[in-house]
Amino acid sequence: MDHTHDKYYIPHGSHWPVVGSCALFMMLGGFAVYLNGAAIGGTVSLIGLALLVVMLAGWFGTVIAESMSDCYNSQVDKSFRMGMMWFIFSEVMFFAAFFGALFYARQLVIPWLGGEGTKFMTNLMLWPGFEALWPSNGPAHAGGEFETMAAAGLPAINTAILLSSSVTITIAHHALKNGNRLLLNLGVLVTVILGFSFIFLQATEYMHAYSELNLKLSTGIYGSTFFVLTGFHGLHVTIGAIFLTVIWFRVLRGHFTPQKHFAFEAAAWYWHFVDVVWLCLYFFVYWL
Amino acid sequence: MGPEYEATADQYQADDHDHHGAPSGIKRWLFSTNHKDIGTMYLVFSLLMFFVGGTMIMIVRAELFQPGLQFVDPAFFNQMTTMHGLVMVFGAIMPAFVGLANWMIPMMVGAPDMALPRMNNWSFWLLPVGFTFLVATLFMPGGAPAAGWTMYPPLVLQTGDAFPFLVFAVHILGASSIMGAINIIVTIMNMRAPKMTLLKMPLFVWTWFITAFLLLAAMPVFAGAVTMLLFDQYFGTHFFNAAGGGDPVMFQHIFWFFGHPEVYIMILPAFGIVSEIIPTFARKPLFGYNSMVYATASIAVLSFIVWAHHMFTVGMPLAAELFFMFSTMLIAVPTGVKVFNWIATMWRGSMTFETPMLFSLAFVFLFTIGGFSGLMLAITPVDFQYHDTYFVVAHFHYVLVPGSLFGIMAGVYYWLPKWTGHVVDEKLAKTHFWLSAIFVNITFFPQHFLGLAGMPRRIPDYSTQFADFNMMSSLGAFGFGLSQLLFVYIVYRTVKGGEKASSEVWDNPKGLEWTVPSPAPHHTFETAPELR
Repeated sequence: MDHTHDKYYIPHGSHWPVVGSCALFMMLGGFAVYLNGAAIGGTVSLIGLALLVVMLAGWFGTVIAESMSDCYNSQVDKSFRMGMMWFIFSEVMFFAAFFGALFYARQLVIPWLGGEGTKFMTNLMLWPGFEALWPSNGPAHAGGEFETMAAAGLPAINTAILLSSSVTITIAHHALKNGNRLLLNLGVLVTVILGFSFIFLQATEYMHAYSELNLKLSTGIYGSTFFVLTGFHGLHVTIGAIFLTVIWFRVLRGHFTPQKHFAFEAAAWYWHFVDVVWLCLYFFVYWL
Repeated sequence: MGPEYEATADQYQADDHDHHGAPSGIKRWLFSTNHKDIGTMYLVFSLLMFFVGGTMIMIVRAELFQPGLQFVDPAFFNQMTTMHGLVMVFGAIMPAFVGLANWMIPMMVGAPDMALPRMNNWSFWLLPVGFTFLVATLFMPGGAPAAGWTMYPPLVLQTGDAFPFLVFAVHILGASSIMGAINIIVTIMNMRAPKMTLLKMPLFVWTWFITAFLLLAAMPVFAGAVTMLLFDQYFGTHFFNAAGGGDPVMFQHIFWFFGHPEVYIMILPAFGIVSEIIPTFARKPLFGYNSMVYATASIAVLSFIVWAHHMFTVGMPLAAELFFMFSTMLIAVPTGVKVFNWIATMWRGSMTFETPMLFSLAFVFLFTIGGFSGLMLAITPVDFQYHDTYFVVAHFHYVLVPGSLFGIMAGVYYWLPKWTGHVVDEKLAKTHFWLSAIFVNITFFPQHFLGLAGMPRRIPDYSTQFADFNMMSSLGAFGFGLSQLLFVYIVYRTVKGGEKASSEVWDNPKGLEWTVPSPAPHHTFETAPELR
């Protein structure tokens, strides 16, 4: 434990959490109303989303200002680090649920529907003629004939992009620690550009899947797992890229010192996290 | 040997001369960054939800008072059982424990506050949002969710307009729990006073530390599960539909991967509370402190590999039935260690029986009954008969009511003088205890017999052979519900006034929280206390 501080630091009260609650109330409540078929819900949901963005900007803005005026001692810094670490752990568990669904469906459900072992009668009576093959859209061929996304094309380029972005952010980190601001600036900028390129290519890939491969969200269990896994990953890449963009603007303003740069590291950790998730995706979803 | 920690009164400073004293009015609560104020909000909120969920189950027990349909239609009956479960789990028990954690953990580890006070505020203020969604579903077309708190598809997909609100309520409550868990972990890892090594921490801190990891690993999985439900319902996916290559049973696996750690999330902090209380009133250090810590950790690890014991009758392969049976029975070992340690702590102690101790003793005895019925349910072939009967209802209410809830009550009676500065009226509190302890058994013990005789759960009508025990159970439930009004009165009275409490309150209790005055000042340790 680090006890170089002589007095504890407690932040003053803040209205941002309550604003955040109101934002989520509108965003999710509105979306629920929209899903129930009332168009007004969509508008409310978007207003809620806008409010959420205002809240995040306001809350992080406050924290950045406090950090820049040297309010935070080393203990606060450590609390932030641990908080980010365990937040990423919870994100890992979120993805684990969807990977679990993929493995369970592929290794157990499809063979069972195909009549493996004691499930022979299930196949014979309920789904006669269904063969257990992967990829599958189930015995009812939900969504019709489809093709899978080839691992060698766009996904391979995307893998290269994300892997190199992990390298560039690490270069930037070393530059920051060595006091090389120019390289830091460039490193973060290249990472941001690579991040948004990934998102662009992923969107292209989705359009390709929908228009040419007949691979859709409704394409049975394959389409469900494919789009939900890659979709949530894409959402996280987007968040990470926005996070890094903010970091880049802070670099421009001269924030971060070789000793103190928690936000930078948090963004880098988050970026490595989406990178690792992508590697798992590439391996289990695209390749195997 | 138990840890020894004592601090002298002059090591804590009460003066809030800086900018963060207690603000007045509504802002104090809305914008709070104070662990005590946020803890109070959690506790009051959970008490409110306790009565909301309690009212729902009174409707259920009124309907079950005698055979036949008399008060409500079956659809509403199902809504009440479902909402009772959701409200009690996510609204009453969990927030109560988080409230206790907020109040006590910083004081117990010698910290000024939680590590991330603003996030702490948000953790609380997400709860009203989640429960507004959940309670509002009662007034929507199609009514509230009625497929049981476990939300199994395909049944849950028949929910009306309430469905997306149910899913988003789970998301919001999950986010609240995850932020709360992160805060507790960081507080314990980073804010302990110097010399408060891990194995010197009070057991309440330890059990919450481990619980927080369970929350962190389980809640996101739950969020994933309900997200898949949402996608199946509105966006055409086939996760839980066999025609598309999915499987409704897969939902049960994902749900219970969350659900089983969840039931330990609701009991481990109670283990911690009674481990604080029993040594105080037995006037002996806790027997086997280290083994308590290791037992808690073992239970936590095991909780992730036993989930399918909730699904023995669903048609799993034999190997899975056997694995989950044996892994489940293994949990009895660390749990047995704990019960043994509590009893060994009391062995030859000079015991007195103040209200917190009474609740703790009832906890040890009645929770053990719930543990034994759990062992019965763990045996796969036997579970084939008990599954979805009132025996299961009796089992989990024994661990949740005289288990978790009595643990919370014990903690509240133990620390209320520290929070309010007033001694609790022992006579009233003991009356509350005896009423609760008697009625809880009248309510739930007959349900064992009903279940063994084959009465299914979640059905508003039953065969006449079950009439006597059901009437008994309903009377017990009404009595238990009414007795809790006395609890509200006792808490209200203690907050408002009464005999002044000393800083120690009880007879030489151990722990840093007893070194500060009662009531504990708004900011406790502005500089770290020194431990001897």
